[in-house]
Amino acid sequence: MTGWERFLDTFFNARVLAKYWPDILLGMVVTVELAVLVVITGLASGLMLALLRTLGVRPFNWLLIFVVDVLRALPPLVIIVLIYFGLPSVNIVPSGFVATWAALALVLMAFAEEIFWAGITAVPRGQWEAARSTGLSFGQTLLGVVLPQALRLTIPPLTSRTIAITKGTALGSVVAVSEILGQASSAVSNSYNPSPLMLGAAAYLVLFIPVVVAGRWVETRFAWKR
Amino acid sequence: MLDTFFNVEIMRAAWPILLAGLGNTLLLSATVVPLGLAGGLILALLARIRSRWVRWPLIAWVDFFRAFPPLVLLIFLYAGLPFAGIELGGFGCVAIAFFLNTGAYYGEILRAGIDSVPSGQAEAARSTGLSRSQTMAYVVLPQAVRNVLPDLMSNTLEVVKLTALGSVVAMPELLFQARQAQSLTYNPTPIVVAALIYFALLWPLVRLLSRLENRALRAG
Repeated sequence: MTGWERFLDTFFNARVLAKYWPDILLGMVVTVELAVLVVITGLASGLMLALLRTLGVRPFNWLLIFVVDVLRALPPLVIIVLIYFGLPSVNIVPSGFVATWAALALVLMAFAEEIFWAGITAVPRGQWEAARSTGLSFGQTLLGVVLPQALRLTIPPLTSRTIAITKGTALGSVVAVSEILGQASSAVSNSYNPSPLMLGAAAYLVLFIPVVVAGRWVETRFAWKR
Repeated sequence: MLDTFFNVEIMRAAWPILLAGLGNTLLLSATVVPLGLAGGLILALLARIRSRWVRWPLIAWVDFFRAFPPLVLLIFLYAGLPFAGIELGGFGCVAIAFFLNTGAYYGEILRAGIDSVPSGQAEAARSTGLSRSQTMAYVVLPQAVRNVLPDLMSNTLEVVKLTALGSVVAMPELLFQARQAQSLTYNPTPIVVAALIYFALLWPLVRLLSRLENRALRAG
């Protein structure tokens, strides 16, 4: 066997690939489920908190800012481990999937709240005043006038942040979630061959390259006008 | 509740272990942040070359590493390469993974920074007799860095947080030490303390960034 053939036989072993590709495919489904759940719950709760912050209830806002700071300062993996290994001590036993989902959704919520809030405060005061003086209520002004302008501003930073956090689904493998990396790692130790890892890597690229390319487009399309 | 999550006795016992972990986390951060910055600078400077033979491979490179979860890259280096006879060890793997992954992010930021410096600056510098590299080092880069400082700091915060991945490849950093202590004591207190240490370490940076970001959007 030449070196090249040995390399192919090690990293792209046809027999191992044929045996384990269904596992990787199952992992892809779990990764997509996890990612979609994280994005929806994270963004929705982040927006909700940013809207609540506009009410200007001091103690609530201070608490909110503190919680957001905590979630921005902690590594996501630390939060996952904390939920997964910590909560069972008080008789709440989350699965790895739930722990990963909760942790990543919380992190995205914190970043999204910050970005939405920055977008809302960036809308000039005159917009508020003009809308209110035409007889719109506070809620109508916020939802009908300010928020649409704010959302436009927030799209580029929100996109890149969402992509970065979605990639964190791979962290789930640490707490036994059978997403792509988890499936690939156990296939490697079962077959004693790294081919499943190559397949896993390919699966991540298939999922995330379109997202990154789309993100690049969105960032230029909605770039902040300075 | 207090006894479970803030057990003082366990805290006292785990403290030296966690402190050693904190030391390693700081050391690791002090290694990988300059590595990532160096990787980013190389990419940003390459992006100045207007040939498509450089441009397209560069975009592909950056998008590849932005699409690839850093943990997957790390596991690939740590668990995959030994099959090819390349044993890098935990530290080597972390260093290379961070160079590749965070380098791509730093590269994008620095490129945007360099693009934000008006071309007149470089032209003026060149016409006073500075060489191409002198112009870049003394005139363009300092202004570029200043223009994207909040983004650079935000990415650095992410990089320091990312060092927690080292725990997966048995680097004895803060999270790894905390999990060791937790599995020895059957008590989550060490992980809670580790989280508090991370928070104490990074909160000032988070506050500062939050302020800078709000100002940037308001001025935008």
